[in-house]
Amino acid sequence: TNPRLCLTAPIEFGVGHVVDGTSLVSAVCTAQGFVFNYSTHTSLLSADISALLLLTGDPAFNYQEHELNERLKRLYPAVNEEETPLPRSWSPKDKYSYIGLSQNNLRVHYKGHGKNHKDAASVRATHPIPAACGIYYFEVKIVSKGRDGYMGIGLSAQGVNMNRLPGWDKHSYGYHGDDGHSFCSSGTGQPYGPTFTTGDVIGCCVNLINNTCFYTKNGHSLGVAFTDLPPNLYPTVGLQTPGEIVDANFGQQPFVFDIEDYMSEWRAKIHSMIARFPIGERLGDWQSVLQNMVSSYLVHHGYCATAMAFSRATETMIQEDQTSIKNRQRIQKLVLAGRVGEAIDATQQLYPGLLEHNPNLLFMLKCRQFVEMVNGTDSEVRCFSVHSPKSQDSYPGSPNLSPRHGATNAHVHNTGNTDTLHTNIFEYAMHASKAKHIKLNLFTNVVYLHSPETSSAVDCVFWCVDSDSEMEIEAEHYSNGVTESSTRIMNGTYKHQEILQADDSSVDDSCSSRQLCGGNQAATERMIQFGRELQALSEQLCRQYGKNATHKKMLQDAFSLLAYSDPWNCPVGQQLDPMQREAICSALNSAILESQNLPKQPPLMLALGQATECVQLMARVRSGSCSFARVDNFLH
Amino acid sequence: MCVCNVLKHEVTFIVVPNDCIDALVCLGWKSFPLFPGLKLPWTSELQCLRRWEAGLCSPSRDFHRQLATEVTATSRHYVDRLFDPDPQNVLQGVIDMKNAVIGNNKQKANLIVLGAVPRLLYLLQQSSSSLELRTECAVVLGSLAMGTENNIKSLVDCHIIPALLQGLLCSDLIFIEACLRCLRTIFISPVTPVQLLYTDPTVIPHIMSLLSRSQHTQEYITQIFAHCCKTPEHQMVLFNHGAIQNIAPLLISPSYKVRMQALKCFSVLAYENAQVSMTLVNVLVDGEQLSQVFARMMQRDKPIEMQLTAAKCLTYMCRAGAIRTDDNCIILKTLPCLVRMCSKERLLEERVEGAETLAFLMEPDIELQRIASVTDHLVSMLADYFKYPSSVSAITDIKRLDHDLKHAHELRQAAFKLYASLGSNDEDIRKKITETENMMDRIVSGLSESSIKVRLAAVRCLHSLSRSVQQLRTSFHDHAVWKPLMKLLQNAPDEVLVMASSTLCNLLLEFSPSKEPILESGVIELLCSLTQSDSPALRVNGIWALMNMAFQADQKVKVEIVRALGTEQLFRLLSDPDTNVLMKTLGLLRNLLSTRPHIDQIMSSHGKQIMQAVTLILEGEHSIEVKEQTLCILANIADGNTAKELIMTNDDMLQKIKYYMGHSNVKLQLAATFCISNLIWNEEDGSQERQDKLREMGFVDILHKLTQASDPSLCDRAKTAMQQYLA
Repeated sequence: TNPRLCLTAPIEFGVGHVVDGTSLVSAVCTAQGFVFNYSTHTSLLSADISALLLLTGDPAFNYQEHELNERLKRLYPAVNEEETPLPRSWSPKDKYSYIGLSQNNLRVHYKGHGKNHKDAASVRATHPIPAACGIYYFEVKIVSKGRDGYMGIGLSAQGVNMNRLPGWDKHSYGYHGDDGHSFCSSGTGQPYGPTFTTGDVIGCCVNLINNTCFYTKNGHSLGVAFTDLPPNLYPTVGLQTPGEIVDANFGQQPFVFDIEDYMSEWRAKIHSMIARFPIGERLGDWQSVLQNMVSSYLVHHGYCATAMAFSRATETMIQEDQTSIKNRQRIQKLVLAGRVGEAIDATQQLYPGLLEHNPNLLFMLKCRQFVEMVNGTDSEVRCFSVHSPKSQDSYPGSPNLSPRHGATNAHVHNTGNTDTLHTNIFEYAMHASKAKHIKLNLFTNVVYLHSPETSSAVDCVFWCVDSDSEMEIEAEHYSNGVTESSTRIMNGTYKHQEILQADDSSVDDSCSSRQLCGGNQAATERMIQFGRELQALSEQLCRQYGKNATHKKMLQDAFSLLAYSDPWNCPVGQQLDPMQREAICSALNSAILESQNLPKQPPLMLALGQATECVQLMARVRSGSCSFARVDNFLH
Repeated sequence: MCVCNVLKHEVTFIVVPNDCIDALVCLGWKSFPLFPGLKLPWTSELQCLRRWEAGLCSPSRDFHRQLATEVTATSRHYVDRLFDPDPQNVLQGVIDMKNAVIGNNKQKANLIVLGAVPRLLYLLQQSSSSLELRTECAVVLGSLAMGTENNIKSLVDCHIIPALLQGLLCSDLIFIEACLRCLRTIFISPVTPVQLLYTDPTVIPHIMSLLSRSQHTQEYITQIFAHCCKTPEHQMVLFNHGAIQNIAPLLISPSYKVRMQALKCFSVLAYENAQVSMTLVNVLVDGEQLSQVFARMMQRDKPIEMQLTAAKCLTYMCRAGAIRTDDNCIILKTLPCLVRMCSKERLLEERVEGAETLAFLMEPDIELQRIASVTDHLVSMLADYFKYPSSVSAITDIKRLDHDLKHAHELRQAAFKLYASLGSNDEDIRKKITETENMMDRIVSGLSESSIKVRLAAVRCLHSLSRSVQQLRTSFHDHAVWKPLMKLLQNAPDEVLVMASSTLCNLLLEFSPSKEPILESGVIELLCSLTQSDSPALRVNGIWALMNMAFQADQKVKVEIVRALGTEQLFRLLSDPDTNVLMKTLGLLRNLLSTRPHIDQIMSSHGKQIMQAVTLILEGEHSIEVKEQTLCILANIADGNTAKELIMTNDDMLQKIKYYMGHSNVKLQLAATFCISNLIWNEEDGSQERQDKLREMGFVDILHKLTQASDPSLCDRAKTAMQQYLA
């Protein structure tokens, strides 16, 4: 073998995965093609391998790797490869010395003497077949039958002697090409199928639901070969005479046999088994259980009217009283409308002491409130909007504004030092958005001048914005005014419809105008002030309860929004998505329910979680049917 | 099977793999009722409906008894109300009747006996009746039709079909649907003559136009078509009225029932119909080829019924030549799907249909046979078909025993058919079949089963296996299959006779150890009688078997053949319109005329007629093969001691031989040269004179010319003949 290319130095990737010095990656060119020998930690995952190959530039292999990943994901969606990796090639370590590997460890050739059965040699795949596959399949193409064609294709457990053909020993199973016999942990075979030779494609399918195995020849199923298979078998091939060469296909290529069709049959079987699960005489019980689950789910989420209607129709009882449900509903609606400040007030009023006992929740809510201020939806900033008729006058007919950073650039030309610096920050931010989640430490150096004490970049950015009056004025220019509905809300009525209306219009606004704090100067000031309070709260919590990484991250993310000219279109802009309100909303809801001694999770969700866990547990206890009983299949 | 090959006067037989038999087999297969419309599933569907209806009304025995007394008392009342002068009362009466008859067979029978049907039909047809009343009448009639077969008969006798068909001309959809539903129920019954759908030529186009009206009309109409398309004529009527274009879009209907019935329509339309099949392959449904749509319907998560019917459609299209047998949708989809249908997990009906369809699919194609023989252990899977009723079912479950018994015959015949098809070409597969547990015993007992279907299938299977020299020598002899076979040949219907005699031909081959015992059982008379049959297939088989029997036979046997057949019959067969018969008769003659003493003996008694026949054939318009065979007979005659003279004294015949020596076809030249070579053979008496005479006639020149022939064997033969002159 001629070393073609040797990478011994540590390689760093933009993504941040570092192959450390001990992992030697060498790409060796052999007569047949590329062989990559990895003497690395097991932590070197295939993703890294493909990243490596990007450097070495073998597009064909990359394509194949991509195909393989796609196919494996499609065939075995239930497999968690971090727990149980799938076989992807033959193992260069788990083989007899008479076996040679090439072509990315997919091609196997015999290199022994091949005098008699004592010269037989086998190789196992890199990993055993995970039970979560449900149904597992691989194919082997006979490239050459060599001298006698004594080839065996099958399965074996870890540790089975490799100086043998598959099937000869305990926990070893094989189908042999010379006589077409199947060998089930025995030196004598049973008549099974046709013989196979050069050019044939032999497939091996393991059914982990009923623990059987069948083979295919050129796409035709040959029928069950083995039953009562033990778990954790490895795909295995064995060769015995010179010249024998076989290629494996673990999913790199489309299979000759239509395995997906076979899987679909089992999926249908398992689904119908679930659908027809006998419930016997307890039909009534089941029905009331289901009704209670639905009802409690509705109540939990505060769908008051629906819950009432449902309970009337099904004659079920609702534990919680109506006012309580309505209160929760009100608070939830406020959060979902982005009016977190009001939600906090309402909570404190209706459930005094709740937030005091739950500082983490309060902090989360306040962070969200800050985000909503940026968004211009929180009432603390909304109230200012009515006082800016000017903006409406200045740009009466332009709902779509030019990009904000364009304006910033204009300032760069006629203002001084700070602005340039400011622009730099934005440029870095832009850069960061490309590199994604690059540590914000980068900023520290840039803005150091302004804030010598800061420990985090976010603060600097925050400070920057604060000090830059130009920015604020500018922001005012573009303000598009906020809806009238906010006035009504300020009147203090919390009627259901109104809130919804306000919510709708606010969403519309944020879409069309996309102005920081609705584009209002006073609002921006309020936001900045609020930010400081939040920072203070964070510090206070830190003193009281010790450091909290989650809080820090939350705060950083929220403040980072200000580092971007267009917060809605920045790497942390996702926070502004109204969808993000749901998590905090349900956390608040759960906390309220818990304080009322009600379950903090609806039973329906518990059942769902339980089912999901069960399915995962099934995979661990090697029950293959989990592959076809996925919870997602039943959720629409 | 054998063909003769001449080497001087010796006739050798070579076993030829079935090609020559294929035509015959096809004949046999075609006459076999494999037609899908004739089979079980729909009767069972009906039974299902009945069970459902019965289940609805008879929860207990007491209830039933109580009902019976009530029924007679109230039935009269229901009928009387149909004659009420107030139409509103009539309507209410019909509605009450509807509610009374649902699921109540006794009530249905009573109402029919009391004459409700003609009155209901009258009300249904009367244009003065309100649409509501007419619809309710159709519903009640539909309910009556759901009863026993006798109910259907009575309804049909009351001319319900034309009345309902007339009703379809109405514009009201609800009424049309009620009529169609009733028609559907009637037409899917085995007692209804399907021809009634085709009597009025305007009916089919009108029904076709109703397909677009609603999902219900689609379901009922396709179901009617699927059950009423039983002959090639029916297929053509439906085809000519645009059945394919109208029904194809229904294959992607949102309703499963519609999709399924549409699929069934295609399976009956395509069966042995090349025109339909050829049209089907070019049909697009939603931009997709029909074969792709069918292939999708065979996916393993689809209902079994759908998979099976889609596989049938593709099978019929393939057999009609519209899809190649090596097409992926046949090799990788249809065939595996049908094999799956034979598995133990499937219902008995499905297994029967699966096996029959699979047999039909692969029958002409050795590659498909080879693939099927290794797919999912099919050969041993079929062995399970013989295990019904199982001993377990007999003890534990009477209902299951009944079910098993009902299907046992069907299962056995289907398995035999599939074995026959599997083993028709490949020696290895035949070996695999005979090695299956108790296979030969099963065939032997199958040959004498009461069910004609099973007997026929068993003999077909035996025939398929009898093409194997090895099996003839071993298992056939060990199990004395000739005995039940001989028994079967007595008084069997023609289709069985064809298969049985065909098998007998193989058993009479020279190397078959069964030949002797068969001879001793007095088979000659039987075979001679077969040669007098009206069926060409039987005549061929009869004479074929005699031909095989005469090969290297004792003088005694030959004499017996000639005696039993009679020269008159022999010469009648020589002028048989069927070439196959003629060829085998010539083969028989050739086999009779072998070894010198036999030749002389037969020629001395029948020489004149034989020479006459030979002349006639050589002068007539016959194929090369026939003439070659005739010349070979002549060559055999020329080998006799005394028989030679019959040729030597016949100048006309010598001229003919001369003519054929100069013929453009090498085979004929060869045979004619052989004849001459035999005539001038040295060491025999009078060879000198014969040589002289033939030299005079110019044969030497011809022989000389032939030594230069490009064909090596002809050249050799001419040289050998020339040497006779030189010696």
